[in-house]
Amino acid sequence: MKKCIVTVLGKDTVGIVAKVCTYLAENKINILDISQTIVQGYFNMMVIADVTELDKDFTALCDEMETLGQEIGVSIHCQREEIFEKMHRL
Amino acid sequence: MINMYEVSETNKMIESENLDVRTITLGISLLDCIDSDLKELNRKIYEKITTTAKNLVSVGRDIEKEFGIPIVNKRISITPIALVGGAACKTPEDFVEIAKTLDRAAEEVGVNFIGGYSALVSKAMTKSDENLIRSIPQALAVTERICSSVNVGSTKTGINMDAVRLCGEIVKATAEATKDRDSLGCAKLVIFCNAPDDNPFMAGAFLGVTEADAVINVGVSGPGVVKKALEKVRGKGFEELCETIKKTAFKVTRVGQLVAGEASQRLGVPFGIVDLSLAPTPDVGDSVAEILEEIGLERVGAPGTTAALALLNDQVKKGGVMASSYVGGLSGAFIPVSEDQGMIDAVHAGSLTLEKLEAMTCVCSVGLDMIAIPGKTSASTISGIIADEMAIGMVNQKTTAVRLIPVIGKDVGETAQFGGLLGYAPIMPVNEFGCETFISRKGRIPAPIHSFKN
Repeated sequence: MKKCIVTVLGKDTVGIVAKVCTYLAENKINILDISQTIVQGYFNMMVIADVTELDKDFTALCDEMETLGQEIGVSIHCQREEIFEKMHRL
Repeated sequence: MINMYEVSETNKMIESENLDVRTITLGISLLDCIDSDLKELNRKIYEKITTTAKNLVSVGRDIEKEFGIPIVNKRISITPIALVGGAACKTPEDFVEIAKTLDRAAEEVGVNFIGGYSALVSKAMTKSDENLIRSIPQALAVTERICSSVNVGSTKTGINMDAVRLCGEIVKATAEATKDRDSLGCAKLVIFCNAPDDNPFMAGAFLGVTEADAVINVGVSGPGVVKKALEKVRGKGFEELCETIKKTAFKVTRVGQLVAGEASQRLGVPFGIVDLSLAPTPDVGDSVAEILEEIGLERVGAPGTTAALALLNDQVKKGGVMASSYVGGLSGAFIPVSEDQGMIDAVHAGSLTLEKLEAMTCVCSVGLDMIAIPGKTSASTISGIIADEMAIGMVNQKTTAVRLIPVIGKDVGETAQFGGLLGYAPIMPVNEFGCETFISRKGRIPAPIHSFKN
């Protein structure tokens, strides 16, 4: 399984989760874990997702998610899971 | 599974604490390019570099994007050119032709530096070695991307004082040849003792003859991350201090190992080593000096500096070693002056002197690095400083290096501007008593007694 981590940060507004999840679904990305909080009006979400079925280049996915973030007015980063796994797990 | 806290810790390191991979360096052996015809040699070198490194920059960019980690530099190291050019080059000018070829090849593949315009002369010089060394001033003046180094000593062979004397003259001549750019050429020239074969960091990178046809070596960084982590243990004992540095170094190095593995797989080139060095940049919050000050010094250079640096250097290695399958290169804290804002500030404040820097190099990599000195400094004095630093390396069985910039036309109190990653440097005073009689002696300093281990 190839996993990625999507982080969303920014000012809270209606429909952030919906738009991000819709985009993931359209790209055949399966959500494995999702957590979200609001701290002082700031939206903070992390999604762990399975990108095994993704049929485009992973760098293209990163670019598109960044663009989606700009449209919603938040910052979205999509990174491969290994960078976190390597750093925090033996 | 990874949790939100861990994700945000990693991303905070990248976004606000300057965590990055400092360099992916592709080592390319040029031994199979050797030819007695200079034109043919140049053609083969250009072809080999532009073919082997064709995808280096694009692969680096893809990795950056996919993992969200900046990779600051993509670079190339090559077999020391004195070995490659020996059969074809009869004069220093012939070697300059190779330098131009290397510069073109580096530009073609999009790397900012190519290291290995080098000679290994720790015991003695061949005619080819000497021609290359004599070509360095011109080669660095007419190219942009070439980095040069000369290994003039080792624990096993002693110090080649003829080469030390010549290198003092060459440093001075390089400064003269690039005086219109604050003697910038000298920022790309390193004199080594015990130079490693697999160093990914410029300006001293070259691919030793013990290495494979092509190899990926990676240099990590992250002084800012260590500094931030230490802010949380202010006032705590040494045990906690050391544990914090180790844990942070481990995390930083794991990123380097990951990037090295990915680059190696995508380029189809074997992975060599991860270099654990803490490499500063002139950016705020990316300074080794700031770490030392966080450990408890009012300013770098104050009494206690050498001990604090020894501690830092050792803990970085202890943390980093377990994070990577192969560690090599220089692996230690770098203390360049011009590339570290904290060091520059300490010089301005009158806390840091050339002599203290020399003491600091006894306990860390790499040496007297990126230090601007008055342009009027004589070649023999520069040789004397080189000899001192080489002696530290030889006796302590470690790599040491000298990258001094005698800034022509400038004196103490003025500043040299190099730009970019190379930063700027206040010109530091040099002891004005001479050593010419010592430097003019011919031959070499014998290897120390503890090098005879067989």
